[in-house]
Amino acid sequence: MSMTQDELNPTRDTEPITNGQSAVSTLTPPAMRLENVSVSFNGRTAVRDCTFNVASNRVTSLIGPSGSGKTTLLRSLNRLHDLTRSAKVEGKIMLGDIDIYGGSLPPTLLRSRIGMVFQRPNPFPTMSIYDNVVSGLRFNGIKKKALLDEAAESALISAALWDSVSSRLKAHGSTLSGGEQQRLCIARALAVEPEILLMDEPTSSLDPISTQRIEELMVELKNRVTIIIVTHNMQQAARVSDDCAFLLMGEDRAGELIEFGPTTKIFNDPSDPRTLDYIQGRFG
Amino acid sequence: MTEESSSTKTRLLSRGLTGGIHPPVKSDLGYWLSIRAGALIFGAAIVLFVWSILHQSLSAWTSHGIHILTGTVWSPSTSNYGALPLILATLITTAVALLVAVPIGLGTSLTIIFFLPQRLKTPITSLVELLAAVPSVVYGLWGLFVLVPWMNTTIEPKLASITGGGFPFNGATNGFGLLLASIVLSVMILPTIVAISRDVIAAVPHEQIEGALSLGATKSQTLLKVVLPEARTGIFGAITLGAGRALGETIAVAMVIGSNPQIPKSLFSTGATLSSTIATEFGEASGAQLAALGALALILMVITASVNAGARTLTRRALRGHA
Amino acid sequence: MTDVLMDLPPDPILERRRVIQETASKKIGRRQLNSRILSGVFGLTLVLSLIPLVSVLATLIKRGVGVISWGFLTHDPIQPTLINQNAVGGIGNAMVGSLVVDGIAALVAVPLAILIGLYLAETESRTANFMRAITEIMTGLPSILLGVFAYIYIVLTMKAYSGFAAIVAITFLMVPVITKAAETAIRGVPHTLREAGLALGARNSKVSRGVILPVAAPGLITGVLLSLARAVGETAPILLVIGISGRTDWNPFHQMSALPLDIYQDSASGYASQQQEAWGIALVLVVAVLVLSLGSRFVAARMRREQR
Repeated sequence: MSMTQDELNPTRDTEPITNGQSAVSTLTPPAMRLENVSVSFNGRTAVRDCTFNVASNRVTSLIGPSGSGKTTLLRSLNRLHDLTRSAKVEGKIMLGDIDIYGGSLPPTLLRSRIGMVFQRPNPFPTMSIYDNVVSGLRFNGIKKKALLDEAAESALISAALWDSVSSRLKAHGSTLSGGEQQRLCIARALAVEPEILLMDEPTSSLDPISTQRIEELMVELKNRVTIIIVTHNMQQAARVSDDCAFLLMGEDRAGELIEFGPTTKIFNDPSDPRTLDYIQGRFG
Repeated sequence: MTEESSSTKTRLLSRGLTGGIHPPVKSDLGYWLSIRAGALIFGAAIVLFVWSILHQSLSAWTSHGIHILTGTVWSPSTSNYGALPLILATLITTAVALLVAVPIGLGTSLTIIFFLPQRLKTPITSLVELLAAVPSVVYGLWGLFVLVPWMNTTIEPKLASITGGGFPFNGATNGFGLLLASIVLSVMILPTIVAISRDVIAAVPHEQIEGALSLGATKSQTLLKVVLPEARTGIFGAITLGAGRALGETIAVAMVIGSNPQIPKSLFSTGATLSSTIATEFGEASGAQLAALGALALILMVITASVNAGARTLTRRALRGHA
Repeated sequence: MTDVLMDLPPDPILERRRVIQETASKKIGRRQLNSRILSGVFGLTLVLSLIPLVSVLATLIKRGVGVISWGFLTHDPIQPTLINQNAVGGIGNAMVGSLVVDGIAALVAVPLAILIGLYLAETESRTANFMRAITEIMTGLPSILLGVFAYIYIVLTMKAYSGFAAIVAITFLMVPVITKAAETAIRGVPHTLREAGLALGARNSKVSRGVILPVAAPGLITGVLLSLARAVGETAPILLVIGISGRTDWNPFHQMSALPLDIYQDSASGYASQQQEAWGIALVLVVAVLVLSLGSRFVAARMRREQR
């Protein structure tokens, strides 16, 4: 309920985007680079020509109205579109100095380095909390109990879940609340120690308090992992992200990148009038 | 929500319980009565059915008692009515049939859902369903004239050489017997297992699959560690349903099992199941033998009804879990 | 990105990341191979599933087609003898028997099953739930038990084997199958349709006949045809009660024959001509079953299209 107050008060959201470390982070090389990335399904383009850099240890948000291709773009970053036969990704996506579609890195290995959190919490219902957290490690062939335990504890601590579940790691994931389940999914992704964490509207199915906890978590996780988040919620983008990409559906219904830059700039002083329209339209 | 309440209202309306606007119409009584009469007739028929089989077997139970279940010799000519050999053969053929059909059926379901290109899915599914349309007696004929020679000259010698003539592939072979019956049964229950398991596997939410893949799982890891465990209740339902079918299958088994009621010594043994014995002996039976066959029918009814009830519970629970 | 952070004190997270990524890269070849092998095994199971179908159909065609002729379909059988081993007969008696038994059974079962389907779909009570459970369990019961039932009540009472006893058994077999289809089809009819009917002042019986059943018809017809397809192939219950007759006879109170029963009898024959005949009948039977199964899909699809 208190969130409504925030939502009605744009200045409070746009103002406090100050980030001490961000100046340092910009000096590090980008964690990911997108060059002219397009995604099409059955020959119909869904996102076109996106080019931007994702800075290490920062939160980059993808915003834009529905249909602008935010999620489509996000899912191209860990090659989830490989599952869809009709999907085709063009352009270049670099993870460090590896072209992820170049063939040198198998998709399964890529996905162990780029974690993902989905819209709805999707813990594996047949596994215990512990098994959920270490599932990624086990998939990747890691069997050493000590390493599994260490990674699980570290991930659960980072996901702010350790205190509440450390005594019942054998319980099923489904016994947790929705917000806890989503944090379990974050822990599950973190346990593999990915370099990048993709978050696809991670709070869209959660209540305001759980949402707030996850947002706090994102800011805390920055020193551990680079985060790319898709969100419908402008305030959320303003609160948690350092950089922001604004996408919009073009005339042929394909999403296009309109503007990319530091979140403060996008929200306070956008260069493109369409960005301004969108931001003002939402706020005003 | 609105749909729910409107449907409740409709039900109340249709029962004439809402009063007021739609008072119970007198002439609707006919409808009310007729749908209940239909149900009643069938209910009564079921009661008669159960009673008939109980009653038919009554004299067998009173004269032989528990010996019918535990006796090891079934020989009408000497008035020995011990169903143990038949019960064993029924259980063994069903178990072996499941052993063959379950992995093949699950693999088939997984292939159809996760590996076939979209345009092949429907035709291949229809082909597998076609297996269910072939009548039992045709499978019997096929077993008799196609499989018996093949078993006799190829499969049985090969299996025997694998175990060195040891259990369970020991003894004389002639093609007929428990093994052939099991293979024919496995073909017959395959479509059941595929149909049900396909439904429950397809009902596993896509988010779970993407969740596993996004952690770096390979496709087969995803299927084995996430999809199959999650569908397990429904898969058990499918297996139970298949078991129910195999336990009661009659004609095809009667044609290939060798009709020789004996305690099986190996999978090559000839034998007779509960249902195949009823089929082959009923025509010439009278008196005590007819009563004993009634007892077999009762045993068969109890086993298959419990198995089917279990299958129903499992599949319903599985499909509701995902709804 | 490890390069950049190299100056910092060793970080347990980075260290763990290194171990995990090294292990993962080491194992990836093996994992990919396993995945491929397993995919191959899955594909193989599909092939294994289809082999019996291909084998059954191929044998049916190879051995059955030569047998079939107009005379085969309409004439009565001739019993081969040692002198005339290749006696050519027909299956006219079995065709008529199957037609009479399954036809009459369907005529009785369909209305009864529709009534029960309406009852199950439109009443919510413990009794209805219990009925539904029993009906579904009946669907899975071995059909031979219904033969025992018909034997006890019909054959023993009338002191004669007859087509009628077979009709009773087959009816009992069809009812639960059609009931299930009917209930599903009726439940699929939108509530708004019934409400509209009731709001216009129509009675329940009229709404059911005039509104619900026509809309549910495709599902109903599918269920009826599928249950017929199953009934036509049933051997076990008929075997116990129909007697067997070598003559064409339309009177269901006499002994009769039926297609699946003839296959069963002929398969046990020592004469090559009768074994051959069994394949001919099997082909006829499978074609009939396929026509019914495919027909049900076709009818349902067509009626759905017309309703739109």
